[in-house]
Amino acid sequence: MREAADVVSPLLSVSNLHKTYGSGPSAFEALKGLDLDIAEGESMAIIGKSGSGKSTLMHLLALLDRPTSGTITLDGTDTSRLSAKQLNQTRNSAFGFVFQQFFLNAQASVLDNVTLPLKIAGVSRRERTARGMAALAQLELDDKAGNKANDLSGGQKQRVVIARALINQPRVIFADEPTGNLDTATGTVVEDILFDLNQRQGINLVVVTHDEDLASRCDRSIYIRDGLIAAPAGVAA
Amino acid sequence: MKIVDIVATAFRNAFRSRLRTSLTVLAIFIGAFTLSLTNGLGTGINQYIDDTVASVGVDDVMTVTKTNEDEPADGGPAEYDPNQIEADGPPGTTTSALTDDDIETIAGIDGVLSVQPAKSVLADYVQYDDGTKYQLSISQFVPGMKVELASGEQVDLDAGDPQLVLPESYLEPLELGSAADAVGQTVVLAVTDATGEQVTTEATVVGVAEPGVITMGGAIPNDVLTEELYDLQTNGAPESETTRYAQASVSFDVDAGEEEAAALKDRLADAGYTGSTLEDQLGTITAVIDAIVLVLNGFAVIALVAAGIGIVNTLFMAVQERTREVGLMKAMGLSSARVFSLFSIEAVVIGLVGSALGVLAAIGVGQLVGSVSGDLLTDLPGLTLIAFEPVTVVAVVLGVMAIAFLAGTLPALRAARQDPISSLRYE
Ligand SMILES: Nc1ncnc2c1ncn2[C@@H]1O[C@H](COP(=O)(O)OP(=O)(O)O)[C@@H](O)[C@H]1O
Ligand SMILES: [Mg+2]
Repeated sequence: MREAADVVSPLLSVSNLHKTYGSGPSAFEALKGLDLDIAEGESMAIIGKSGSGKSTLMHLLALLDRPTSGTITLDGTDTSRLSAKQLNQTRNSAFGFVFQQFFLNAQASVLDNVTLPLKIAGVSRRERTARGMAALAQLELDDKAGNKANDLSGGQKQRVVIARALINQPRVIFADEPTGNLDTATGTVVEDILFDLNQRQGINLVVVTHDEDLASRCDRSIYIRDGLIAAPAGVAA
Repeated sequence: MKIVDIVATAFRNAFRSRLRTSLTVLAIFIGAFTLSLTNGLGTGINQYIDDTVASVGVDDVMTVTKTNEDEPADGGPAEYDPNQIEADGPPGTTTSALTDDDIETIAGIDGVLSVQPAKSVLADYVQYDDGTKYQLSISQFVPGMKVELASGEQVDLDAGDPQLVLPESYLEPLELGSAADAVGQTVVLAVTDATGEQVTTEATVVGVAEPGVITMGGAIPNDVLTEELYDLQTNGAPESETTRYAQASVSFDVDAGEEEAAALKDRLADAGYTGSTLEDQLGTITAVIDAIVLVLNGFAVIALVAAGIGIVNTLFMAVQERTREVGLMKAMGLSSARVFSLFSIEAVVIGLVGSALGVLAAIGVGQLVGSVSGDLLTDLPGLTLIAFEPVTVVAVVLGVMAIAFLAGTLPALRAARQDPISSLRYE
């Protein structure tokens, strides 16, 4: 789909994005008209105070929710035109998710947790196992494949979550406070893995954080305040 | 997500909370067990009746009586009819007699292959080798009727000499020895003729009958013996008496199908006669048993509905517990329809396990009861008190799975409608 001429056009493009929760007197306007372009292969941090609308923006970018108004364009396609089925398919094949909490199935094996997106995609068991083992090997967790997810340490769990996020070779990994639950040392390891993926495999990173250090490692940071971008485009070293 | 994966996942999910699932399965088990058992009881008894009809082997014969037209529809008393004679059945049952004219009329009806008046004979006693005399009833013999034999053969309808099949219970009193010994022996039968004189005749025992519903402990004569006894019995009676029969046996072409048989009954009815096959007569009993089984099944179904509510409860808890898991899977692109099927199949799995175990247990109990009742109900050989038809067993399992599916729809809908973002929200 992507031709040479399109390289300059952004992967994700957002214009005049509004999101209002609820209606009537209790309505709350979380996003008040955002414009944003994310280039192919870019790593971007969304920073801001708690309640400023960072997660809301990420959910909209990740097509987990529909904006109240405004458009989100993915690869030149207006995503408001996509059907529920197409949205599901896009999230499954193009996106990977890392949340502050791990959301692992504690009773299932590490391998089963990692291959969940492939299972949803309808990939055969054999291929799931092969790709799952490869992803675990990449994160040096292949010896834990048969363990229950519950038996792992916090850092290991977050690595399992990253393995799960990259199993379907996504174009974007959305990470909401990926190191929020980890101590500094393990947090740094997880950060290293994410930026390594970004640099080596060209996977876009969209990281929600209020950790300035993490944000500074990204190509770019946007600062959200009261539902608007306050200080756009801070290019990091 | 592939169907295999959905089913496998649902299966595993069903047993994630073992105790909770086990209790729900237990409730289903009880319902399915009861339903299978009551069904099995009905099947067993009806099968016995069917087998009895089949073993008699007279599905091509209809018993024809004269329709009693005087009988008021409201069940009140009927007017006296001098033409009425005592008929088969409970004491006091009467029916209008068939005359030779009637026999001819019946023979002329379309579809009647042959007609034979039933000549009822009353034997005074049976005696063997100058021993003790015993009372003996002569069965109303339908031509071609077969009974379960302990030894020997059925009577030969075309034989030239008088023959009979004797019930097993007569062997010891008559000192005939074993069933095999009795076959071929000659016994003496006595009847009282119209002038009041007691006369005797001889007949050969060709077979010994096992006890059963049809023979009711009577001896079965062949045609020659019936004729002989009838002639002796009516000796000296006016002709109007000797040509009056309670009923007649009509043979018809059974291969022509049930519709033709029904049409024949209609034609007989138009001519003023009532025709009924043995199956019709036993059908009444079957209907009563069916009704009883239906009521019992009703209770079992109530138990199953209660168990279904258990499934609703179990699944609501599961949906609650797995809110985040469902949200995550939806975020990863699992469609709402697939989420729905995950939970409803989980319900069906619970139904399947419960009902399969219940049905198996019922079959086990049925076998146990079968061996015990075999000892208790020796008068009814061949009766399996609780029998299972594969179709019914499968129907119970499928029915329970359907109930489980219905029970699962509400929780499954809630899971399917869940919003992934609010499920994944924390803080
Ligand atoms: N489902 C919702 N209904 C109502 N208000 C919401 C909902 N989700 C978020 N909000 C509100 O929107 C604002 C932005 O939320 P969020 O994007 O989660 O902030 P952040 O991630 O920056 O902390 C907050 O004030 C929050 O209370
Ligand atoms: Mg947030």
